Amino acid sequence: MSFLSFAWNWLKSPAQWHGADGIPIRVLQHLGYSGLSLLVAATIALPLGVAIGHSGRGSFVIVSLANVWRAIPTLGLLVLMVILLGFSVLAWLIPLVVLAIPPILVNAYEGVAGVDPGLKDAARGMGMTPWQQLRKVEVPVALPLIMLGLRTGAIFVVATATIAAEIGLGGLGRYIIDGLATENYGEVAGGAALVVVLALVVQVVFVGLRRLVVPAGLRRQAKTS
Amino acid sequence: MSTWTWLSTNAAMIRQLTLENAILGLVPALVGLAISVPVGILCVRFSWSWPPVLSVTSAVYAIPSLAIFVVLIPYTGLSNLTVIIPLTLFSLCVLVPNVVDGLRSVPESVRQAATAMGFGTMRRLVRVELPQAIPVIIAGLRVATVSSISLASVGQLIGVSSLGYFFIDGLQRDFPLEIYVAIVLVILLALVCDLILILIRWLLTPWQRSQRAGPRVDELELATAGQRG
Repeated sequence: MSFLSFAWNWLKSPAQWHGADGIPIRVLQHLGYSGLSLLVAATIALPLGVAIGHSGRGSFVIVSLANVWRAIPTLGLLVLMVILLGFSVLAWLIPLVVLAIPPILVNAYEGVAGVDPGLKDAARGMGMTPWQQLRKVEVPVALPLIMLGLRTGAIFVVATATIAAEIGLGGLGRYIIDGLATENYGEVAGGAALVVVLALVVQVVFVGLRRLVVPAGLRRQAKTS
Repeated sequence: MSTWTWLSTNAAMIRQLTLENAILGLVPALVGLAISVPVGILCVRFSWSWPPVLSVTSAVYAIPSLAIFVVLIPYTGLSNLTVIIPLTLFSLCVLVPNVVDGLRSVPESVRQAATAMGFGTMRRLVRVELPQAIPVIIAGLRVATVSSISLASVGQLIGVSSLGYFFIDGLQRDFPLEIYVAIVLVILLALVCDLILILIRWLLTPWQRSQRAGPRVDELELATAGQRG
């Protein structure tokens, strides 16, 4: 039997769609963990990245961070947290946030730092205070990269939330982990199919968000560069 | 139990699993490189093909690794291939855009100078365009290698051995020491491979040694690799 037939057989059974272990609840849980972590990470990383990009101080931190964070094994971090903190909100929130911060931070930094110096000069020439420069010129011009950083952060958060089922978290990863444990490949396949669909839907949402948030002129410019 | 006691008692297993993790990380990156260079060249040559290819790589990159591992189970069982194939796909998603960007970054004047000197298309590609693209390609290769080494540990969830074994074992036995050690080992392994690739880049691009511009640009390139608007 192929992956798709396993998945389809499991998904079409009505039992999967009701109850506390049902698909709708698991989807909402997964989105909840991912969304909350992304929000916390963005709250920390965006102001920091924008500030470092604007002032230029501390860019060494960003550059060193750049490749090291990808080396951190997500499963290891999750397992470590649950052993140290027991199964609590922080046990999954901390690793998810820690993994989402670097892409958001680095992209925000690059976005603001990469603003054409001529534009910054023109803003200063027009009499804008540094705060106004930031708000009216630098951040809007950096928006494409900022959105890209958030989108990348979303990828990592959704993926890590899937793995976090191993330490007892709910969400769609639950089907994969439980199915593997009980050797019920139908459940594993169904869970994996749902995870793939969710991940792609999240990406589509971010592409749509970008269209909404980033001014048309910048989008066109980003395409041709 | 002290760290040293545990390390010396389990030295053989640590060595074995580190080697397995290294293989599970390096094979995908290298195979990804081998595939991405011709694919990238084709995408540059037939520029209409690039937007759809980019959409596909962006989409695939967004899919959680665990999901792709389990998708392959009916076809490749619980073997190393079940982990290597998805990691190769992810490496491709990072490397193909980098190959395309690298080749496109060759200034038109350089290309025309080569043609004026009598270089045919193939020779120009191999002797001029690809060498110019090396820094960008190696930046992508570094990301692919580091990510693959780290993601390989997730394979432990489907029983494919790597340093991830210590994570699961530590969880089951409530023994944090081996988790700490394994995390450090994974990071060290990844950073060592990263350094080796930096050395290779240095060796392959002698013309950059007298310039100052190279490294910093490369680091930020790394941070944003794997994502494209």
